[in-house]
Amino acid sequence: MSDTLLVSTRKGLFWVARKHGCWEIERADFLGDNVSLTLTDLRSGRHFAALDHGHFGVKLHRSTAKGWEEIAAPTYPPKPDDLEENDMWGRPLAWSTARIWALQAGGADESGVIWCGTLPGGLFRSTNHGESWEMVRSLWDHPKRKQWMGGGADLPGIHSISVDPRNSKRIWIAVSTGGIWFTEDAGASWTQRGEGMRAEHVPPELTHDPIAQDVHCLAQCPAAPQRMWVQHHNGIFVSSDEGKTFTEITGVEPSTFGFPVVVHPRDPDTAWFVPEIKDEKRIPRDGRLVVTRTRDGGKSFDVLTKGLPQSHAYDVVYRHALAIDATGDRFAFGSTTGGLWVSEDQGDSWTNVTHTLPPIYAVRFS
Amino acid sequence: MAKVSFTPNIQRHVACPETEAAGGSVREVLNNLFARNPRARAYVLDDQAALRKHMTIFVDGQTIRDRVRLSDPVTASSTIHVFQALSGG
Repeated sequence: MSDTLLVSTRKGLFWVARKHGCWEIERADFLGDNVSLTLTDLRSGRHFAALDHGHFGVKLHRSTAKGWEEIAAPTYPPKPDDLEENDMWGRPLAWSTARIWALQAGGADESGVIWCGTLPGGLFRSTNHGESWEMVRSLWDHPKRKQWMGGGADLPGIHSISVDPRNSKRIWIAVSTGGIWFTEDAGASWTQRGEGMRAEHVPPELTHDPIAQDVHCLAQCPAAPQRMWVQHHNGIFVSSDEGKTFTEITGVEPSTFGFPVVVHPRDPDTAWFVPEIKDEKRIPRDGRLVVTRTRDGGKSFDVLTKGLPQSHAYDVVYRHALAIDATGDRFAFGSTTGGLWVSEDQGDSWTNVTHTLPPIYAVRFS
Repeated sequence: MAKVSFTPNIQRHVACPETEAAGGSVREVLNNLFARNPRARAYVLDDQAALRKHMTIFVDGQTIRDRVRLSDPVTASSTIHVFQALSGG
C-alpha cells in the first residue's frame, strides 16, 4: 500500500504523503517549472521526472541519494536532408522531442529498461535506467506512422505503454491519434490492434479504421492482461483478447467522454473513469465532479460523488492524473484547477487534499 | 575570439557564464563553447541542432537569419548574445 503521491503540475512537482491518517503536501521540487510526468521504478526505487522548460526544451531528471540529477532526455535521430515530411498542418515535422508523454518501467526481468513515449510520436527505450535512450526505429519508420495525427495536441503522441507482466517483450502502446500498436519482439516489429473501436471525428469510411482511433488512455489489468480498458475520444471500450477486438460500452451516465481510465490490479472487471460532458464541452456535467466505476466489466456503473464538489466544479482530469495503487484500494486524482482528491475505499468516498495547486498534469503513487 | 553571453534565465538550469569562443560562424562558435559545456547544448539547440523555437541569437546586435544551420558569420571581435524570445513563455 503506497503512502506517497507524486503530483506533477504546471509549476512544480509536489510530494504528498499520508501521515497519521491524513494526506498532506510534504515537499515541492522544481518549483516554478513545468513538470509533465513522473515515474517511480519499483525495481530500482528511482524516481524520474519529465520537465518542459518551454524555451529550453524537454528535460529528464532522476532521483539520487543526494537529490535530483539531470539525465539525457530522449533525442530524435538526425532527419535526413532530403526527407520531406510535414505534419498534419503542412508544416515541416520537427524530429525533436516536443513532450514526454509516457514513462513506463520494463518488465521485472529486465532491470534498467525504461520505455518513453513522446510527441511527435517517437518511442524510446533505455536499458540503463535512463542514462541513455535509443529510438525504436521500427515504429518510427513504420509507413503507417505517418498517418498518425494530432489529437489534444498539434502533434501525435504516445501516451500509454503497457508491458505484458507474463512476457516483457510483449508491449502495447496507444497513440493520440493513431490507435493501439503491439509488439511481441520487444519492439523489433509492430502490428496495429484495436478492431471494434469507433471514431466519430472522421469521415464514415474511416470510422472503424483502427489507426483513426483517438485513444485517450489505455489500461491493462496486471492480473488478467487479456483485459484492456480504453477511454476514447468518443466513448469507453473494453477488450478481452489483449486489444485485438474491442466492444463499446454505452449508456453510461453522466457521460462516456473523459481522459483517464484505471483498472483494478487483480479484478479485470473493475475500472474507474472521470467523465466530462463531451469533447466540445470539457467540463463536468452540471458542475458536479464525479468518478464512475464499473465492477461488472461495463454492464453497470456507479457514480461516485461522496467528498467531491457537487456545485460549480469545472475540474478537468487529464489522462495521467488518475492513479491507483498496487493494492487497488487507494486512489488519487488531480485536476486542471489544482484540486487533489484521495480515496482509500476504491472511490466510495474521497478526501480533498488541496484545491490550490497549479494545474495538475499527472498523479502517481510512489 | 568572439565574446558570448547567455540569458540570465538559463543560469538556474545550467551555468552558462560569459565566455569567449573561436569560430567563423555562429555554429562554429557554439560548437567550441558546447565542447566545454556539453549540458548547455540541449538548452539552446533542439534534437536536429537547430536553434530552439523560442530562443534567439544576436551577433553584434543583429538577430541571426539562419536558425537551422547557424551559418551567420562571426568575427574575432564579435559579441554574441544567446537570449530567449519573448514568445513561448
